[in-house]
Amino acid sequence: MLAVVVLAGLLAPMWWTGDPEALQPAERLRPPSAGHWFGSDQFGRDIYTRTIYGTRVSLTVGGAVAVASLVLGTALGLVIGFYRRLDTILMRVMDGLMAIPAILLALALMALMRGSVRNVIIALVVPEIPRVVRLVRASVLSLREHLMVEGARALGVGTPRILLRYVLPALVAPLLVQGTYICASAMLVEAYLSFLGAGTPPHIPSWGNIMAEGRSYVQLAFWIILFPGVFLAATVLAINLVGDGLRDLLNVR
Amino acid sequence: MLQEVARRLMATIPVMGVVAIAVFALLHVTPGDPATIIAGDYATAEEVARIRARLGLDRPFLTQVAIWLGQVVRGDLGTSIFSGLPVTTLIGQRAEATTVLALYALLISVGVGVPLGVLAAWRRGSWVDRLVMIFAVSGFSMPVFWLGFLLVYVFSLGLGWLPVQGYVPLRESVLACLRHLTLPAVALSCIYLALIARMTRASMLGVLGEDYIRTAFAKGLPPRRVLIRHAFRNAALPVVTIIGIGFALLIGGAVVTESVFAIPGLGRLTVDAIVRRDYPVIQGVVLVVSGVYVLINLIIDLLYVVIDPRIRY
Repeated sequence: MLAVVVLAGLLAPMWWTGDPEALQPAERLRPPSAGHWFGSDQFGRDIYTRTIYGTRVSLTVGGAVAVASLVLGTALGLVIGFYRRLDTILMRVMDGLMAIPAILLALALMALMRGSVRNVIIALVVPEIPRVVRLVRASVLSLREHLMVEGARALGVGTPRILLRYVLPALVAPLLVQGTYICASAMLVEAYLSFLGAGTPPHIPSWGNIMAEGRSYVQLAFWIILFPGVFLAATVLAINLVGDGLRDLLNVR
Repeated sequence: MLQEVARRLMATIPVMGVVAIAVFALLHVTPGDPATIIAGDYATAEEVARIRARLGLDRPFLTQVAIWLGQVVRGDLGTSIFSGLPVTTLIGQRAEATTVLALYALLISVGVGVPLGVLAAWRRGSWVDRLVMIFAVSGFSMPVFWLGFLLVYVFSLGLGWLPVQGYVPLRESVLACLRHLTLPAVALSCIYLALIARMTRASMLGVLGEDYIRTAFAKGLPPRRVLIRHAFRNAALPVVTIIGIGFALLIGGAVVTESVFAIPGLGRLTVDAIVRRDYPVIQGVVLVVSGVYVLINLIIDLLYVVIDPRIRY
């Protein structure tokens, strides 16, 4: 258990050191020249540079999806958990949405929207919301019977205040853990969507896009696919490990 | 029992109803006029009007929902805008490849994942355990298509053992079919396998601490027997549950894998439909696949009774 936490701690800084480079608005679309660390693609673009740039896109998507689905999911979950009348109807809707495999739902959404980073984020948030709602609702249902909530109610505290002051703090730990997993899976699915041609527009160097471009050149230039994939896998791995570490540390479940 | 099966089946109806409405409503909640989006960037006003009339988009929303639900109940999923064929026919043509691929991957995942998990739990803290856990976490982090290319690069282009891509229908040659699907199935099973191995290990660890396991070992039973008969039987429930829940991952992965290996399955159908903005096809595939997913989880729910006789419905 401790080993996992330590490992996560070790891997996280490793992953962050890659980031400062991505923030430098340096050269883009470089013509072929010496010193391409990861080789260059069919237009002579430096894969290393593009991969580092891709970090930005993937982290933005991962982070934004995690935050957005947590916020929306929590808000809905709190309301559903406390207002019984909404519960039955909305939970049926959530069950239905959860029955659709996430990637398919995201694909169907992307089919209807223009490819942009913002739309990819929306398409990834929608399938995640019901999962967060379910988690929050379950906690709310058990917490609302809690003595402290009953006490607050007896003192005449209103429902919105109870939700914010008493219920929400108890949810922080599980949500944090859930958020890291959402972030990791969102980064993977973003790559899937881009790879299938239904993600971020091709000119944006996301890891999925770089690999999608490289697919026609697998035999000639394997490095185009190899390196962004390594980056993606390593990043997702690191985030997953952080999630595992947090889960053990915060003693969730 | 039969009564329970019927009751459960009934319970899936509202879920599927929501899925059907959600799939339909997607077309309307997304910003912009659906007919214009489907017609594409270069469509003329007449083409847009034709598509709108054809999809019934000119009628009130609730009427549209009612018509759509009525069609679905009768097993009519509409016709493809691109090919003009009924969506059900298209899905029927493509279902075999995806089904075989998914079953193949499922077989690999369960066949390898469960023993790995049992082994890791039994030898907790050893290098076997650590190796399995490293594999389980990293397997969960790798993009399916990337792994697919890696496998192609090594086993097809490098060693020349297996075909690079393509598909041979089962009835033409079972062997050729399986040969073509081996790399995709391995790539696809990776995430699922990792999930199953991890769950098996966690569940086994819980069971192995029980008194009756100590007793079983103490009376000199061979470890194999204890692990399988005594421990795994009791640890199986969460594993079976995760197999059902994880099936969504398998389906999602199949869409991507089929694209890498040029397998003419439901995934390719979906991706092609997206490129062509053939929305009826997308709706149909999402609906059918979700139905299969719900059904599988229903079957798994009912399997609990078989695995654990204490559970009664």
